[in-house]
Amino acid sequence: MTQNYDKLPQDAFTRIPRDTQEAEKISKPSVSFWQDAWRSLKKNKGAILSLILFGLIVLMSFLGPVISPYEPNDQTITHANLPPKIPVIENLGIMDGVGTLGGRQVDLYEMKNVEQNYWFGTDGLGRDMFSRVWKGTQVSLFIAFVAAAIDMLIGVIYGGISGYFGGRVDDVMQRIVEILTGIPNLVVVILFILIMDPGILAIIIALTITGWTGMSRVVRGQVLKYKSQEFVLAARTLGASDSRIIWKHLMPNVLGVIIINTMFTIPGAIFFEAFLSFIGLGLQAPDASLGTLINDGYKLIQYQPHILLFPAVVLSLIMIAFNLIGDGLRDALDPKMKD
Amino acid sequence: MEKILQVKDLELSFNTFGGEVKAIRGVNFDLYKGETLAIVGESGSGKSVTTKSIMRLLPEESAEFKNGEILFGGRDLTKLSDREMQKIRGKDISMIFQDPMTSLNPTMPIGRQITEPILKHQKISKDEAKKLAVDLLRLVGMPKPELRMKQYPHQFSGGQRQRIVIAIALACNPQVLIADEPTTALDVTIQAQILELMKDLQKKIDTSIIFITHDLGVVANVADRVAVMYGGKIVEIGTVDEIFYNPQHPYTWGLLSSMPSMDAEDAKLYAIPGTPPDLLDPPKGDAFALRSEYAMKIDMEQPPPFFKVSDTHMAATWLLHPEAPTVEPPEMVIERMKKFPGSRYYEGSAN
Amino acid sequence: MARYIGKRLIYMFITLALIATFTFFLMKILPGSPIASADKLSPEQRAVVEARYGLDQPLPVQYFDYMFGLLQGDLGISINQFKGADVTDVILSRMGPSAQIGFQGMLLGTVLGILFGMVAALRQNTWMDYGSTIVAIIGISIPSFVFASMLQYWLGLKLDLFPVALWKDGFMSSVLPSIALAMFPLATAARFIRTEMIEVLGSDYITLAKAKGASGSEIAFKHAFRNALIPLITVLGPMAVSILTGSLVVEQIFAIPGIGEQFVKSIMVSDFSIIMGTTIFFSVFLIVIILVVDILYGVIDPRIRLSGGKS
Repeated sequence: MTQNYDKLPQDAFTRIPRDTQEAEKISKPSVSFWQDAWRSLKKNKGAILSLILFGLIVLMSFLGPVISPYEPNDQTITHANLPPKIPVIENLGIMDGVGTLGGRQVDLYEMKNVEQNYWFGTDGLGRDMFSRVWKGTQVSLFIAFVAAAIDMLIGVIYGGISGYFGGRVDDVMQRIVEILTGIPNLVVVILFILIMDPGILAIIIALTITGWTGMSRVVRGQVLKYKSQEFVLAARTLGASDSRIIWKHLMPNVLGVIIINTMFTIPGAIFFEAFLSFIGLGLQAPDASLGTLINDGYKLIQYQPHILLFPAVVLSLIMIAFNLIGDGLRDALDPKMKD
Repeated sequence: MEKILQVKDLELSFNTFGGEVKAIRGVNFDLYKGETLAIVGESGSGKSVTTKSIMRLLPEESAEFKNGEILFGGRDLTKLSDREMQKIRGKDISMIFQDPMTSLNPTMPIGRQITEPILKHQKISKDEAKKLAVDLLRLVGMPKPELRMKQYPHQFSGGQRQRIVIAIALACNPQVLIADEPTTALDVTIQAQILELMKDLQKKIDTSIIFITHDLGVVANVADRVAVMYGGKIVEIGTVDEIFYNPQHPYTWGLLSSMPSMDAEDAKLYAIPGTPPDLLDPPKGDAFALRSEYAMKIDMEQPPPFFKVSDTHMAATWLLHPEAPTVEPPEMVIERMKKFPGSRYYEGSAN
Repeated sequence: MARYIGKRLIYMFITLALIATFTFFLMKILPGSPIASADKLSPEQRAVVEARYGLDQPLPVQYFDYMFGLLQGDLGISINQFKGADVTDVILSRMGPSAQIGFQGMLLGTVLGILFGMVAALRQNTWMDYGSTIVAIIGISIPSFVFASMLQYWLGLKLDLFPVALWKDGFMSSVLPSIALAMFPLATAARFIRTEMIEVLGSDYITLAKAKGASGSEIAFKHAFRNALIPLITVLGPMAVSILTGSLVVEQIFAIPGIGEQFVKSIMVSDFSIIMGTTIFFSVFLIVIILVVDILYGVIDPRIRLSGGKS
């Protein structure tokens, strides 16, 4: 009020016609749900790093066995139990092929007259750990992805039908799920492994036999939530068919939780595969997964820790990466967490 | 009249990832002893933030006082330490929140929730505090208060819960009571009961009330004075009659026109076009200009100062500048102005 | 509440009956006779042995005998590993060490997890928060057998702080296995409490508590902690599952004479009656735990406790 308004320009008080377009203009550019999710995922450094790390691990699981000069299952008994040796890094004092023999530190490569380098060392049968670890990673990832995909497929269909049709159908379907989820996962998996021939197929079936119930519950919950919302009622009033409502109206909303749930199913499956292999119910030799490699390595932990180290590190990295990606996706896709 | 609380040139911003949100951009008002001041405005106008900043309840990490002061009892609340502020909260200034369903601790019996501020601020024994709490419950109209002390919030209805929240707020006879939309989440019939209760209690304990709402019907019912907020600023302030029957700011006109009225001839409801301004990048001049059909060139360039309409009535609009053209307010507003002595449309007593 | 418990009990029995039935028929279809040296016996000897174990009865009779035995806690007889010993006795004799490391692991993990989660929530976006988040992610991600092997290698073998394996030094023997089992509960509790605390701290009743003049510590402990802690009960079930799953491998790694170690050994030598018995024992244990946890939740949370009454 202390300001002097006498010097206002001549035309200051001319009326300007209201521009209705201007008034209704939305000041922020509109962003789609997925663009928005991607943006907030990009801000999550842990998730992005994990994504890159996971990409590298997948790449290595295919390239590893190829770039290594040795086949994963080739045994060279004279080269057994060699510690890791990598040409350039060996100058740093690690991975230089030096191991303990009879209480003394010696270069086992020199001692055994081995010309080649084994980057991750060799196991008790002289197999190249580098190609075995990556081949094992490939197998573990394959089992996990297939199991997760089957879980997703069954879970989405079952939960979707149960939630969408509701009523008696839902009642019966939910009673079945309730009983199935009552059975501890561990028990189911072990029982199924026992009656089937051990192998990749047995593990996948055991993992998925009740694994899908988690997904079906989540999907059912979401479908129930959305199907009674106004936008679905509106679509129905306008004469949209069931399939149109499911695919155009419900799916985009349910997709978020499906992705999040799958992201947590995969590390669960990886863990269970490794767990089964560790207690002797997994793959049979000479096939290797990360779990069997860890099991083999564990037996020699006192003398040859490197045999345990590499598969354990890769397994842990995959698990950490997946959990971080899952967390990041949940934060990005779950609108509840957003202000 | 005695000024109990003074807010002077208050400016407050939130530091967000998107940048600085200027939520309050220079707010001035006084609160007198025993009066009810209503602050009205749409969502995002800064009315809630203003009162939360008085209580210092905004997140310290992001909310930052940029300028101005809040004077209470000779002290500037913006400068007090947390510890000093804790002594004021609940004792001298207390607050009622919008949603009674969520504002009580679900796992604590309500008796303990009411005695908590009493034990905190007054040097009395637990038993005395309990007695006081029972009295408070009776005061807010809770039947069988002794029996209900041990019950949990979920055992009460929404209206009852709001009564409990009011009892908590009144526990230490505060000088200022801030009510942040206390009836918005309630049924209309319960709303009326709670409003009656608050008016009644105010007479009994002589506290000053800042009443935040977006419901002009409620304002007419409870307020002595009204401040209209828009875009982080007060655009018009005056007595309840002045705001309702002699409004000056185009935004107040819009608000009044959008209020459903029984005696309006055509039943069409008016809606203010457009959306509130983006406070990340607030407009240079009058924040309402973009949505106003009365906008002038200067509205886009300079923020309007307050023009005095009467001793108690001020409005921040260039329309009150002597050089500004005379404009016709909306018809519904003219109808109102016809009833107000001193307005330019006054037609004599309406009765 | 009573109705809810009744319903849950019925489901529990259906589930257990299904598992038991499944287990029984599984034993029947598995290749080979349950009698170890069956091929060497003459038909007469064989009939005698079969009569002793009730194997000469028709299948339905065997089934009902088995189910009836289960109700009385009889899990059958170990045929090839313990030569006629009761499976129930074998399991019970091995319960002590498993229960001890399981309980210690659970306690250690939950208490530390709550502590980590609280600190992380109250000191959000500080190094303490990041530190506890990293611990939590690692705890959830790294399988217990990897973690157990690492503990054994570093703390047992290299630093010689604790016994490397076996159950000979009383409490000291239980330290490393308990820590290995504690990792998952710790990580789960820490993550859970952090999320819950942050949500609770942002809730309206915390703002009201602040408006009453409550101090930071009063808000954290009197108002927020209890509300954040109660829902933790819901993850006790998954934690118990993880302890049990973990015990299989952890007992194996540290050579602890517990149920898990016996179970894995039985898998190696295909002692089906022990495998089945232990499987049923595990099922009962987990299902009861989950039921108890759910009921406990209803008892502790006042919102659920009285939901039968006025709302």
